[in-house]
Amino acid sequence: MRTSTRRSSRWMALAAVAALTTGLLAGCSKDSDDSSSDNSGSNANGKTTLTIGDFGVFGYKQAGLYDEYMKLHPNISIKENVTTSTSVYWPKVLTRLQAGSGTDDIQAIEVGNITEAVQTQGDKFVDMSKYVDKSQWLDWKNAQATTKDGKLIGLGTDTGPMAICYRKDLFKKAGLPTDRDKLAAMWKGDWSKYVDVGKDYMKKAPKGTKFVDSAASVYNAALGGESERYYDKDGNVIWDKSTGVKDAWNNAMTVATSNMSAKLKQFDKPWDQGFANASFATVACPAWMIGYIEQKSGDSGKGNWDVAAAPTASDWGGSFIGVPTAGKHQKEAIALAKWLTAPEQQAKVFAKQASFPSTPSVYSTLQPAADTTSYFSGAPLTTIFGDSAKSIPVQNYGIKDQPIGTAITDVGILQVEQKGKTPAQGWSAATAEIKDVLGQ
Amino acid sequence: MTSSDQALAHAASSADAAPGSSPGAARGAHGRGTPPEPDSWRRRLYRWDMKASPYAFISPFFLIFGAFSLVPLLYTAWYSLHDVQLSSLDHQTWAGLDNYKNLFASEFFWNALKNTFTIGVISTVPQLLAAIGLAHLLNYRLRGSTVWRVVMLTPYATSVAAATLVFTLLYSWDGGMVNWLLHFVGVHPINWRESDWGSQFAVSSIVIWRWTGYNALIYLAAMQAIPVDLYESAALDGANRWQQFRHVTIPQLRPTILFTVVVSTIGATQLFGEPLLFGGISGSKGGSEHQFQTLGLYMYDQGWIIGNLGKASAIAWSMFLILLIIAAINMLLTRRLRKSQ
Repeated sequence: MRTSTRRSSRWMALAAVAALTTGLLAGCSKDSDDSSSDNSGSNANGKTTLTIGDFGVFGYKQAGLYDEYMKLHPNISIKENVTTSTSVYWPKVLTRLQAGSGTDDIQAIEVGNITEAVQTQGDKFVDMSKYVDKSQWLDWKNAQATTKDGKLIGLGTDTGPMAICYRKDLFKKAGLPTDRDKLAAMWKGDWSKYVDVGKDYMKKAPKGTKFVDSAASVYNAALGGESERYYDKDGNVIWDKSTGVKDAWNNAMTVATSNMSAKLKQFDKPWDQGFANASFATVACPAWMIGYIEQKSGDSGKGNWDVAAAPTASDWGGSFIGVPTAGKHQKEAIALAKWLTAPEQQAKVFAKQASFPSTPSVYSTLQPAADTTSYFSGAPLTTIFGDSAKSIPVQNYGIKDQPIGTAITDVGILQVEQKGKTPAQGWSAATAEIKDVLGQ
Repeated sequence: MTSSDQALAHAASSADAAPGSSPGAARGAHGRGTPPEPDSWRRRLYRWDMKASPYAFISPFFLIFGAFSLVPLLYTAWYSLHDVQLSSLDHQTWAGLDNYKNLFASEFFWNALKNTFTIGVISTVPQLLAAIGLAHLLNYRLRGSTVWRVVMLTPYATSVAAATLVFTLLYSWDGGMVNWLLHFVGVHPINWRESDWGSQFAVSSIVIWRWTGYNALIYLAAMQAIPVDLYESAALDGANRWQQFRHVTIPQLRPTILFTVVVSTIGATQLFGEPLLFGGISGSKGGSEHQFQTLGLYMYDQGWIIGNLGKASAIAWSMFLILLIIAAINMLLTRRLRKSQ
C-alpha cells in the first residue's frame, strides 16, 4: 500500500512535469498575440472568425466597417490585430509568411514594403486580379502591387496625395498672401519655388515661428513627385545618380542650411508640440496627415489652417491589403478584402479620417467630415487631393526603399540640419549609411 | 560491461537499502543472503525511477534552454556564415567569414562597440558608487526604513518604455525641463539627442535612475550581514564613520561588489531599450551620427530594419564573444582578489 502510493505520486509528478513541458513548448509554438491559428476555425455555431493584421490607424474599425460587414454576414466575425509601427509590423509578417503559419487572414502592406513583398513574397499571396475589377483602382496603385508575371498581391487601400497645409494667421503676419489659389500659383511646378516663399516668410516671420517643420519633410514631399527614386525599372540601385533624389536633396539642403526650418523630426513628440504651439507655418501634408494635424493642433488651430495644392503631384504613403495563401479561410478573406477596398467603403473611411481612396470613381462624390472642412478653413480637400492623386507619376520602388530613405532623411539631412554639418558631409554620411544598408 | 552493470546495480540497490525505511519484498530476499533473483519489472522500474527521476525533474529547464537558447544560438552561428535576407529566409548562400570581415571593416560596428563601452562606463560607475552610498545611509537606523527601501526599488519596477518616454520629454531640445533648468544658470539649450556626449549622458542617466536602487538594496542586504562587532572594535580603535566605511564595510562587501559589477557589465553590453526609445522615430540608428547606437541597436537595425540577417547574426556572435572575454577578465580579477584576501 505504502509503496504503491509513493510510486503513484512519483508517477503523478512525472506526468505533471511532462505535461508542463509539453504545455510550455506547445504554448510557445503558437503565437499568443496572434489568434489566427487557434481560433480562426469555425466554431460550434458555424461562425468563421477572420483576422486582419495591420498597423497604425487604418480606420476600418473607426468608420464602423467591421460592424457593418458582420451585420451583412452574420456568420463572419472579424478581429483586427493592430501593431502601431510598421517597422515592428513588417518583419513579423515577413517571417510568418515564410514560415507559412501564423499569418492573419488578411495582411496589410505599406507602400514602402510593397516592392519587397512583390519581389520576394509574390507566391505567398493570393492573386487578387482574378476576383476584382482592376480598373477600379488608380493604375499606378495597381502597378505597385503587381508581380512580374502579372499577379496582383494586394488591393489598394488609401493613397498619400500631397498638398501644403499652411497657417493663414502666420502667413498674414508675415505679409504673405493667404489665399490658397494665389499661394498654389506662387509655387506651382517646382519645390524650389516653395522654398523661395519660405525665404520671403522668414524676412518678416512672426516671432518664434519658422516656415516649415523640417528639411526631411520637404525632401519626402519633393521626392514623392519624382518618377526616378532610388531604383530603376530593372531593380538596380541608382539612388546616387537619380535626378529625383538630387533635386529633392538640394531643396532639402536649402531648407536645412537656412533659418526657415523648425528642425523637428516628424512623428516625434516635439513635432506634435510644434503643431500645438504653432511653431511652424507650413507642412507638406499627405491626405492621411489631415486628421493628425487636426488632432495635434487642437482648438487653437481651428480655422487657422488652410490647404493649398502642392508644387507637384506627389505621393507619400498609402497601403494595400492582401490575402496570404497560408490562411485557412481564403474565400471569406478575399470577399472581405474586396468589400473593404471597394470604392463605397473607401469613401466611408475618407469621411471618417480623410484617408484618401485609391479608387478614382468616388473622387467626385467624396465628402470629408464637416468638422474637418471647417477646421481647414473650408478648403476643397477632395479636389486638391483628387487632382494630385490622378497625376502622380508611376514610380519604381525597390526592396530596400525604406532603409535607403531613412538613411537620407534621418542620417544625411538630420546631420546637416541639427548638427551643423555641411551638405557635402551630410551626403557622404548618407552614402556610407546606404552602403551599409546594401551590404556593399 | 556486464560486470560493471552488475556493480552499478549492486551500488544502486545498496543505496536503495540505505534509508532502510521501507523493506520491500526484494530487499527482504536480499537480506536472507540468497543470490539476487532476476529483476522483477517493479524492481527494474523502481531502479530506473531512482536513476532517471532527478534528470526528469531538471529536464524542463534544459529542454526549454535547448529549444529557446541553444538551438537559436547555433542557428545564429549558421546564419552568420551565410548571406541571409529577412525577406528570403530560404535562400541562404554560403558566405564564409564575409559577414565578419564586413563587420570588422565597418566603422559602424566599431562606433557601436565604442558607444557601448562609454555608455557602459558612464552609467555603471556612478550607478554603483551611488548605490553603495545610498545603502550605507539606509543602513543607519532610520524612521520608516521600509518606506525608503520600497521607494528605492520603485524605478526598478517601472517599465523601460515608460521611464524612457518621460526622460525623452525631460531632455527635449525645445521646452524640455532639463534645458529649462539649465537656462537659469545661463546655459544655452542643448540638443541632447543629437549631441555626442549629451545623448550618451542622457541615455546613461536613464540607466542610472532605473538600476541604482536595485543595486543599493543588494548592497544593503550584504551590509546587514556584516557582524556588528567589527564596527565596534574599529570604533574602539578610534576609527571614525568614514574610516569604518572604508576599512570595514568595503572589504566585507567585496564579493557583492564583484557580483554587481558582473551583472551591470552584462546589462551594459546588452543595452538596448533605453537608447532605442530615446532615439524616437528610427531610434535604431542611435542618432544621425550613430552617437548613441549601441551594439544591441546596431544588431537590431541590421537584422530587422535593414533585413540583413546574416550580418545581424555576425553581430550577435561578436557580442557573445565579447561577453565571454569580459567574463574571463572578471574571473581573473576574482581570483586575484581572493588570493590577495
